[in-house]
Amino acid sequence: MAQAFQKIYTKISKITKATCALHATGVGNDELASVDGRLAQVVKIQGDEIVLQVFAGTEGIPTNAEVVFMGKAPSVKVGTQLAGRFFNAYGDPIDGGPIPEGKEVEIGGPSVNPVRRKQPSELIATGIAGIDLNNTLVTGQKIPFFADPDQPYNQVMATVALRAESDKIILGGMGMTNDDYLYYKNVFSNAGALDRIVSFINTTEDPSVERLLIPDMALTAAEYFAVEKGEKVLALLSDMTNYADALAIVSNRMDQIPSKDSMPGSLYSDLAKIYEKAVQFPNGGSITIIAVTTLSGGDITHAVPDNTGYITEGQLYLRRDSDTGKVIVDPFRSLSRLKQLVIGKKTREDHPQVMNAAVRLYSDAANAKTKMENGFDLTDYDERALAFAKNYSKDILAIDVNLNTTEMLDKTWALFTKYFKPEEVNIKQEFVDKYWKK
Amino acid sequence: MATKGTVNGIVSNLVTVTVDGPVSQNEICYILTGGTKLMSEVIKVIGKNAYVQVFESTRGMRVGDEVEFTGHMLEVTLGPGMLSRNYDGLQNDLDKMEGVFLKRGEYTYPLDREKLWNFKPLVRPGALLSAGRWFGEVIENHQPLKIMIPFNFQGTCTVKEIAPEGEYNIFHKVAVVTDSEGKDHELNMIQKWPVKKAITAYIEKPRPFKLLETGVRPIDTANPIVEGGTGFIPGPFGTGKTVLQHAIAKQAEADIVIMAACGERANEVVEIFAEYPHLIDPHTGRTLSERTIIIANTSNMPVAAREASVYTAMTLAEYYRSMGLRVLLMADSTSRWAQALREMSNRLEELPGPDAFPMDLSAIIANFYARAGFVYLEDDASGSITFIGTVSPAGGNLKEPVTENTKKVARCFYALEQERADKKRYPAINTIDSYSKYLEYPEFQEYIAKQISEDWVDKVYELKTRMLRGKEIAEQINILGDDSVPIDYHETFWKSELIDFVILQQDAFDKIDAVTPIERQQYMLDLILGICRQNFTFEGFIQVSEFFRKLINICKQMNYSHFKEAAFNKAKMELDQLIEQQLNVEKEENVA
Repeated sequence: MAQAFQKIYTKISKITKATCALHATGVGNDELASVDGRLAQVVKIQGDEIVLQVFAGTEGIPTNAEVVFMGKAPSVKVGTQLAGRFFNAYGDPIDGGPIPEGKEVEIGGPSVNPVRRKQPSELIATGIAGIDLNNTLVTGQKIPFFADPDQPYNQVMATVALRAESDKIILGGMGMTNDDYLYYKNVFSNAGALDRIVSFINTTEDPSVERLLIPDMALTAAEYFAVEKGEKVLALLSDMTNYADALAIVSNRMDQIPSKDSMPGSLYSDLAKIYEKAVQFPNGGSITIIAVTTLSGGDITHAVPDNTGYITEGQLYLRRDSDTGKVIVDPFRSLSRLKQLVIGKKTREDHPQVMNAAVRLYSDAANAKTKMENGFDLTDYDERALAFAKNYSKDILAIDVNLNTTEMLDKTWALFTKYFKPEEVNIKQEFVDKYWKK
Repeated sequence: MATKGTVNGIVSNLVTVTVDGPVSQNEICYILTGGTKLMSEVIKVIGKNAYVQVFESTRGMRVGDEVEFTGHMLEVTLGPGMLSRNYDGLQNDLDKMEGVFLKRGEYTYPLDREKLWNFKPLVRPGALLSAGRWFGEVIENHQPLKIMIPFNFQGTCTVKEIAPEGEYNIFHKVAVVTDSEGKDHELNMIQKWPVKKAITAYIEKPRPFKLLETGVRPIDTANPIVEGGTGFIPGPFGTGKTVLQHAIAKQAEADIVIMAACGERANEVVEIFAEYPHLIDPHTGRTLSERTIIIANTSNMPVAAREASVYTAMTLAEYYRSMGLRVLLMADSTSRWAQALREMSNRLEELPGPDAFPMDLSAIIANFYARAGFVYLEDDASGSITFIGTVSPAGGNLKEPVTENTKKVARCFYALEQERADKKRYPAINTIDSYSKYLEYPEFQEYIAKQISEDWVDKVYELKTRMLRGKEIAEQINILGDDSVPIDYHETFWKSELIDFVILQQDAFDKIDAVTPIERQQYMLDLILGICRQNFTFEGFIQVSEFFRKLINICKQMNYSHFKEAAFNKAKMELDQLIEQQLNVEKEENVA
């Protein structure tokens, strides 16, 4: 990639595990360089000393390695030819196909002016009641799954991606196992959806610092389709915890003072820069981000899920319901903040109240269960709540059930009628009059 | 001559500049990078090196880039034309920027240069004035805005000329004043002020005492905030901080509302942009956007400008307070501001305090909250800044530096609780942990006794005691079981549930329930406490819960209906009958 007029440096003065330093002039901040053929980026300049972060690691780099500065920040070629292709963190094809042609765009570009954003208002239906009924998604939203590593989040994400109506799906894989990568590839090609999918993949076999490029690569491609083509783009990022771990490694090597959980003090801003790329554009195009944040032992107070929770518009939890053996989207802890923009407006008027009442009754059942486990007698109400919860979980919440929102509401009303009296459900009288199954 | 310099080191947005002359701490400078000027602020000086934080991305910046110093600190421009505007943290008008994406180095003028305002003089030549005194008035969005002697004016001055009533733009000369040394100063309608300095052009700052009505029951009834008061809302994510804050901003009885979206989600700001032009201020009948200014520095906008944004917002608030207006200032969230301070302190390689925050965090927070308050101005006028900040404690743990330091200075504490949010009991304010110090102020007690009733404060305390008792009993029932506690325990518990469901929970998404005027809050509190003071007789604990569930259901229907109209009255009658019935059971038993 070196061009004729570019100066070649051959004297590296410092090498650490992830960075090397040399003396050079006329170098811009954030600029890319190649060190011994490996891609690196300027992270610090002090006088004529330049510190480079080498993405693939510095193993085997000699002090006389060739260093060439490229005069540009990391970039990706965007164009319609991206569709159906798989790339690595540098945007090079990994599927054996040709290098796509297109416009070269710097990644991690500027933010959208908040006054130019449109309010998200289009519902994304997934057929999963735990999402559509209780935590409705909207275009332009950003929402992660908070999941333990053993939970089937990749399967759920793939299902959501295929069922949701979107023009393009951009998959950003960070530290994804090769098996999961192949899983996505298979599911997408079996569904015949490959032509609307673009993937940027960094697997566990690749150097971890390379992961830092993935979200920006994926979202720059997403911005191309959303802004220039006016398309509805769904970006899947799995797994953001691996991304944060890579950030921590780099900041550690740069001798920065860590804050909570050994994470860099800038973690919030770093994550926000990525998630805030989710947007509804005025031209009708949109970027919706569904991400995965894996938890260690379900701990959501750890810096990564904690900061994520403050940035994203809600979070989804998966849980195996021990009473029914089904995987459900946990109705208690999951939350979609943007659902208020569509429920009862784009869906039937009774949606908000039915949703809240069902969750409240489900919570009464959970209390009853605790009572039962502690050996106390159950009241008649407790018994009915428990029976309701079982039905609700199996026939409505389970992720293998596929219903439209009106069916979900009707089924829930049917369960209310079966197990409760109107005054126990606490819903506005006008809805009870209209929908209570007599 | 202005000081110049050149860049000689770059780490993220911290840039070292070698200077050729004097610089001052917090001075603003512009770095010329690739044809654009990037605004920066001096945050440390060592010898010839000034360390500056750049308010923009430093991508592509090189050693040797030229730097111009401006000789002043970060300033805002104050004048008519700020209402309904959407600014970034540095007071750039976001609507004037072109394109969908923010361009680096694009700065826009915050006011309208051409618009003509109808200026009305308030003084005659010869009047003796000083900094902050009013000499003219213009009307903006139906609000009378005062034109004042600049806040930085030293000593007193005499009005020499004053423009007659008429149309003027912000740059036109509207007055000439002579200072004590006989020098003349021409004044127009605008002035500049450095954001990190408080505007103190007032006579006295007494303890605040007037209730600030927000229409939110768990605030107005249980833990009231006052005009010129300070409050904070800490809570883990997902507990409804932003919904609560928006509810307050929409409904509070204030003349001007300034919202500083500081490092939070852009879509939340978009919600304000989209909804406010259509929402009606319940107190004036005009649209909410007419009285609102938004300072948006969302989480993806440059970090350094995040710190500036809260100061910009506060300075704007102080400007309006000096005109005798009631300003409500909301900052969401002050934790993001503290984090911005932490990022810079880290890059400056300062020794860190708790959780890697800078050591002077508590002083910074205290100084900021101290700028709020109720003030008396000349001629018996008064103005106020009520400040409510949200705090986003890491991991939902309130034992962290930002929450702890804020607790020391804010007088109202609205604790949002995960457990309540999980149960969908919104707003998730835990009434037992939360407090309003103003309830203890004799000034407030005296005021509220006149406004509402003599025994109001006692009733509020009764509500709190009942909630506490209810919670204790709930714990006992959980341990001992329903059967093993006396029936009147169940009754006490369910009375606290009645208070919780009917008064403390409020549906922010229901048109009627979302706003409860104080008169209606008084009615409901009297009604509910009246029920709580009754002694009912029950046969078993199941009957207790059944009875109260019915009561709650009816009271909720009341909350959803227009006050004292048909549906409301019907529900009230049903309620009375139900209570009557239950009380009669008791009598019959006694007879038997």
